[in-house]
Amino acid sequence: MTKSFGSFDPLAASLRIRSMLQELAIPGTLPLPIAALMGRAERHEDKGRHDVTADDDNAKAVTWMLAVARDADQQAFASLFARFAPRVKAFLIKSGATPSLAEDCAQDVMATVWRKAGQFDPTRASVATWIFTIARNRRIDILRRDRRPEPQDLPWGPEPEPDQLDAMVLQQDTERLSAALAALPDNQRALIERAYFGDLSHGEIARLTGLPLGTIKSRIRLALEKLRQTMT
Amino acid sequence: MIRHHLSDSLLTGYSTGSLPEAFSLLVATHVSLCDECRARLEAQDAVGGAVLDSCDGAAMSDSSFAATLALLGGASPEREAREPVEGVFPAPLRDYVGGDADAVRWRPVGGGVRQAILPTAKGASARLLYIPAGTAVPDHGHTGTELTLVLSGAFEDATDHFGPGDVEIADEDLEHTPVAALGEPCICLAVTDAPLRFNGLIPRLLQPFLKI
Repeated sequence: MTKSFGSFDPLAASLRIRSMLQELAIPGTLPLPIAALMGRAERHEDKGRHDVTADDDNAKAVTWMLAVARDADQQAFASLFARFAPRVKAFLIKSGATPSLAEDCAQDVMATVWRKAGQFDPTRASVATWIFTIARNRRIDILRRDRRPEPQDLPWGPEPEPDQLDAMVLQQDTERLSAALAALPDNQRALIERAYFGDLSHGEIARLTGLPLGTIKSRIRLALEKLRQTMT
Repeated sequence: MIRHHLSDSLLTGYSTGSLPEAFSLLVATHVSLCDECRARLEAQDAVGGAVLDSCDGAAMSDSSFAATLALLGGASPEREAREPVEGVFPAPLRDYVGGDADAVRWRPVGGGVRQAILPTAKGASARLLYIPAGTAVPDHGHTGTELTLVLSGAFEDATDHFGPGDVEIADEDLEHTPVAALGEPCICLAVTDAPLRFNGLIPRLLQPFLKI
């Protein structure tokens, strides 16, 4: 905890984030189908929360992904494209690609989203997270011209019918992480963004500590364990 | 049971895409073997997802969706029946070797130790080491960071015991003599961002030829 990076104080940040997470905590998760998440907006508004739209978007994106994976649903793919292709393009531009290269790569990334849809597991990642990993790998291919070794796919996952409660809880955890990052002071958030745009050296990244990842990590760990138990 | 895991900074570096290729290879190989680190990595990736999601989108061209569908050429999402893979090496390592452990093209480096350098981009190097049971790798220090991932067998040095899946993270301060445990040869993947320096005269003279 003695490490610091400029004005970034990891201990203070993690304490701030912890108290923020407590405020945000959504009590009692109900075993609703993922699609039913989409109807939660009004209840949230009753309580005066502001993260409603994003929450809603997250759940929608999950249903679109599953529709692509199961039914090759082109309408759902069009919705994913409208939501994520411009973000992937912006992400690549911020990582140093020209707009025209970024446009081409964003198309490639979205084509991979379609092809690999069966590998998306909503009990382990949000759609944004999953697409981020594809976009990041594409960035390394294109901008660094390096090969990108990827971990071996789990031979036994994801399940064709992911557990909906597990998926919902993971999506909520991701929401809270997003909210926590959004609430960081500008300079701290900018530093994290620069790291993910590929704009920090490894030495600088080693000093980025204190991100509130414990809850999500534990949740993913349980999902992995469950997958192993189901399939072995 | 894996006891020695990747550090947070290696996982963050891998997640952000800032590690040299050789280090990424070791991280991907360890994560293939270790659910704990896979979960830690996927949690790190969630930060990247949040960053991506918070980007103000850059408008795509009008024809971009049609162009993407054209890329797909009418193909449905892939339905691959994934079978558990048998073998010693996880998939990312097999991709670099061109096969499993029996496909490695070993070169002797003295004392029964063999190595195979894997092709990775500049900035760091990766090699496989084969150390006969009970044999010591020449005493060496490091000018940079060296990571060693055990694939089979085990080794020991003054700090600890490292079995299959374990990662040793050695920096400039560590002078050590790893010794392969008795019983079976130790095969490991070693990556470094600097040339190793051996303390004996002969290995130092050989170093340019060994490319280590």
